[in-house]
Amino acid sequence: MNRRMIEEKLFKGLMLASLLIVLGSLGLIFLTVLKHGLPALNLAMLTQTPKGGYYLGKEGGILNAIVGSLCLAGGATIIAFLLGFPIAIYLQFYATRRRIAEVVRLTMDVLWGIPSIVYGAFAFILMLWLGVRASLLGGILALAFLELPILTRGMDEAFTMVPTALKEASYGLGATKIETAMKVVIRQTAPVILTAILLAFGRGIGDAASVLFTAGFTDRLPDSLFRPVASLPLAVFFQLATPFPAVQQRAYASALVLTALILFISILSRALANKMKKHIIR
Amino acid sequence: MKSARLQVQNLNVWYGPQHTLKDMCCEIPDRGITAILGPSGCGKTTLLKSLNRLLEETENTRITGEVYLDGKNIYDPDACVTELRTKIGFLAPKPFPLPMSIYDNVAYGPRVHGRFPGKNGSRKERLDDIVERNLRAAGLWQEVHDRLRAPASYLSTGQQQRLCLARALAVQPEVLLCDEPTSALDPLAAQRIESQLFSLKEDVTIIVVTHLLRQARRLADHVLVLWMGELIECGPSSQVFNQPVDERTKAYLSGDIG
Repeated sequence: MNRRMIEEKLFKGLMLASLLIVLGSLGLIFLTVLKHGLPALNLAMLTQTPKGGYYLGKEGGILNAIVGSLCLAGGATIIAFLLGFPIAIYLQFYATRRRIAEVVRLTMDVLWGIPSIVYGAFAFILMLWLGVRASLLGGILALAFLELPILTRGMDEAFTMVPTALKEASYGLGATKIETAMKVVIRQTAPVILTAILLAFGRGIGDAASVLFTAGFTDRLPDSLFRPVASLPLAVFFQLATPFPAVQQRAYASALVLTALILFISILSRALANKMKKHIIR
Repeated sequence: MKSARLQVQNLNVWYGPQHTLKDMCCEIPDRGITAILGPSGCGKTTLLKSLNRLLEETENTRITGEVYLDGKNIYDPDACVTELRTKIGFLAPKPFPLPMSIYDNVAYGPRVHGRFPGKNGSRKERLDDIVERNLRAAGLWQEVHDRLRAPASYLSTGQQQRLCLARALAVQPEVLLCDEPTSALDPLAAQRIESQLFSLKEDVTIIVVTHLLRQARRLADHVLVLWMGELIECGPSSQVFNQPVDERTKAYLSGDIG
């Protein structure tokens, strides 16, 4: 065997090894969550809010956190999309020749790298200043800031992949930039946009640090934008921090619910994205 | 010579530092097919894309000079670029259907402009009619009439190019710019496009960029020959092909260069 063949084998081996490490750790996470969480998981956990003494191992469930998390991440994703979509369109269609596009992209990349606890602290200071208490609205805004760069850059990259000739085909028929963006570019990039939305939603629903100060926690179901709201990551955190093994098991069950939720949304969006792919022009 | 439909005056185009079109002056006669000939990189496509202001969408381009369509300068600050592109259609070298159904591709232009010309019937009936008429004009109707709602991406390359032609015709352009419209196609598909263009030339002013001499000989009524960003020869095709004036045109036509 000559040197080039050995090189080929060596790199194939390394690739396989890193693949196994990644898949293995993912499998271990699932196993741990399943092993500890499944025994504690029951219908009551999914359909009830915590009753008195829930955190001592008594009755109730985490419906407050499930609904709270969906409201937080859903609201944040909608706001981040409403803010990020025009930014991405502006970057691609109107600011192409300008320096400002580079500045915005750099800003977004820096924002992407900021730890979520910093967003939480920043939003908290802003809320103190505005006199707003920890609430659903506060949590949604903090998460929206966290998701904004992910969504914006995701859509920006998606729009970059659109062939110039496709845009020219639309311009050539007398369409304006905004018509081209809304009718052609969105259709062409729909699967990628959907993936970016999912990525942002997943980051938002799984984040504990940015909702810690801004959304607070409550045993009630969310009923107002201006009241505190529960979330799954914090439910995991609080239950894991108790000294009672039964409650700690419920923390794993909560983590299982969170994981299953994200998995379900991933599969759903994949299916949707595949359905959209038939129109894409290569 | 027939009256000029388009007049180009002192047109200069730069891509960054590169001076691609140099003081271009030329006229495109009304109706018929005008071929723009020349070796690669001589500015054929640049000239073509300057005629419907598609050049502006490319980064780092600088354009000076005037182009008159029916006596009006299309580069005038008050000129409406979408109106211009409705009058002057464009067919790209590689077909790029829009990411939607066959029907929606043809209906795209009329919908964007909110124009559904037709004698009678509801908006939808008139649109159906527009789609059918233009698919027929592009020679595609027979092949797709039973699957108009299928994605355009399912069509073959040759069919896609005819769909792009139908799409361009649906906005009723007075001028049609074709940038090497058959370069991505096999000979049979290319022949179909050529014959469709040929049948359209009584109604529409067609400008075809090509580096295929034989194609130009087959199609053109009028020829412009470009060389390194300059016009070196123009006139009726019989004159340009049989009695070229410029030495470079002679060399190009005889196959010594290009």
